[in-house]
Amino acid sequence: MAAGNTQLGGWGRHPVLDCRVEHLREPEDVQRLLERNGTLIPRGAGRAYGDAALNRNLTLSTLAMDRMQAFDPETGLLTCESGVMLADILDAFVPRGWFPPVVPGTKFVTVGGMIAADVHGKNHHRDGSFGTHVVSLSLALADGRTLLCSRSQHAELFRATVGGMGLTGIILSASFRLQRIETAFVSAEAVAASNLDETMALFEESEQAPYSVAWIDCLARGAQRGRSLLMRGDFMARAGLPRRLARDPLRRAPGTRLTVPFDAPSALLSRTSIGLYNALHYHRERALGAARPVHFNDFFFPLDGIGAWNRLYGRRGFVQYQCVLPHAESSPGLAALLQRVARAQEPCFLATLKLLGAPGDGMMSFPLQGYTLTLDVPMRAGTLALLRELDATTLAHGGRVYLAKDACQSKDHMRQGYPSSEAFSELRAALGGPGPKFASALSERLEL
Amino acid sequence: MNETARTALLIGATSDIGCAIARQLVADGWSLQLAARDPKRLQRIAEDLQARSGTAVVQHRCDVLGEDHGVALLDALEVLPQLAICVVGLLGDQTASERDNQAAAQVMRSNYVGPALLMGALASRFQERGSGTLVGVSSMAGERGRASNYVYGSAKAGFSAFLSGLRNRCAASGVHVVTVKPGFVRTRMTEAMDLPAALTATPEEVAVAVVRAIRRRRDVVYVRRIWRCIALVLRAIPEPLFKRLRL
Repeated sequence: MAAGNTQLGGWGRHPVLDCRVEHLREPEDVQRLLERNGTLIPRGAGRAYGDAALNRNLTLSTLAMDRMQAFDPETGLLTCESGVMLADILDAFVPRGWFPPVVPGTKFVTVGGMIAADVHGKNHHRDGSFGTHVVSLSLALADGRTLLCSRSQHAELFRATVGGMGLTGIILSASFRLQRIETAFVSAEAVAASNLDETMALFEESEQAPYSVAWIDCLARGAQRGRSLLMRGDFMARAGLPRRLARDPLRRAPGTRLTVPFDAPSALLSRTSIGLYNALHYHRERALGAARPVHFNDFFFPLDGIGAWNRLYGRRGFVQYQCVLPHAESSPGLAALLQRVARAQEPCFLATLKLLGAPGDGMMSFPLQGYTLTLDVPMRAGTLALLRELDATTLAHGGRVYLAKDACQSKDHMRQGYPSSEAFSELRAALGGPGPKFASALSERLEL
Repeated sequence: MNETARTALLIGATSDIGCAIARQLVADGWSLQLAARDPKRLQRIAEDLQARSGTAVVQHRCDVLGEDHGVALLDALEVLPQLAICVVGLLGDQTASERDNQAAAQVMRSNYVGPALLMGALASRFQERGSGTLVGVSSMAGERGRASNYVYGSAKAGFSAFLSGLRNRCAASGVHVVTVKPGFVRTRMTEAMDLPAALTATPEEVAVAVVRAIRRRRDVVYVRRIWRCIALVLRAIPEPLFKRLRL
């Protein structure tokens, strides 16, 4: 449980703060840590991009709470401590024919982090967010109690904790159901769309596909604005597997092969280099078209193949901007956002679009029924101003910004985007003593 | 293969390195017998391994500081395993050990007397059967006595020498002995220390190295290659010079 001060950031490496970091190893240690003066925030794998898992006074890592507790092969119910990594769950359960109900874009996240951010995946339009599949969770509160919360027990606290960014207490463990898979391979298909309208039509048409996401070329302008490649897929049955894969149908993911050993020069990701990359990617994938078997690791976690890829953005880091717009406002809203981004001096490397389904029951959960757009923007002089403009556009179209990605939005924007935020703040105030015990740089910035 | 052929005994299973080795072994299909001092923490680790693997894990209480040096464990085992790994150890505090003989003796017993007697007893049973692999996790600290940790280091040196003798004794009988010298490892034992990142392994790296060493029947393994070079240099420095270094 020893500690020290560390220069700590989120995955986007902006901001970086001097935080006191300690490790939670056993559930019994919680009591002692809660008795400390001041506030604290639990932190999992540090994959939130902005300031959600930073607290100068005390940032409590749950990575050592990495034990699974029980698995029922009849129902698929897995109970594990909050520091268990998704990658570990995949390694242990894919060979046994089980897959998590929802996975985000990286497997290097903890169970606690997936609940706190109520993450969504490529199947949100059908299966909802991760929180939807959480049956119960064990939560250590500021007053020293540990409560088992579910939709029937301490239901309000449960709803506040799912998507609650660690601000209600420390999630010690959780139970959720895995789903059966016959193989570790996804039948994946890439379909090209030449503009935004086509892209959206393609999403609506692909609603039956369990997994879908579109990669958008955000440098394309005019009639080509919103041109994209939509990837869709479903887990393959054993019978459909080609012979060369059928020998080991439930194979694990290989280890990470590449890493980025140092901060890249900021000039690496220039307008020209990204434009070139986008054009190449678009035309190559377009040629590939037809459905083919892809290992789940490549389908769901393409960037995990390169360790520390966030370093590609250089020392100044980057901001990942992710917003969601309600269905009715998606078409004009996305057009406005893409138009603004294409004009920006700060070239955007990766942009993805995804159709989301019905929202879950988390008070502060991000998903809305509509479209979510994700942009990686390198941190430059003009970036903050750009983000403020994007925020305004998002709000004007009735949308909101994802707290797990956010490092910059204003408290007014957040309040308008999240109508339950006031009730959330009241609930937190009622949990602690004089003020909330659990706080982060994010909750302070947004005055949550 | 019969049951014994894929059964492994892990002593000191609740340590970070022990836990990482256990996960590696169940992923490779081994049945585990776990032994440790703290039953509550052992229970948590056993549940973890059972959930991950879907197979039962046997738990045994074992304290190498006990009167029997933990050797009673061997009579409690339902099957004599094919593989036995000892990860028991205690870093202690060098300055406390210099002032207090009790503290020093505790470090010596935890790192040398207990683990060595237990490995010796296991070796005899393995020899009787005519097969088996023993793995002892020793330390780089045993390569040469240094002012900053010679109580711990001398006990580990003793353990390394004991393992080397055991390997020599068993070589003709089909029993193999592996000595592991991990160098710096980022664990609870070292979390208060400021360790150089390039020299410091994770418990998972140690686990992978141990499993590889077992498969390849290696004698002495260092987890990160650089430690083999460091060991060479450490041993080569002449004593008149060595004694003046601040190490």
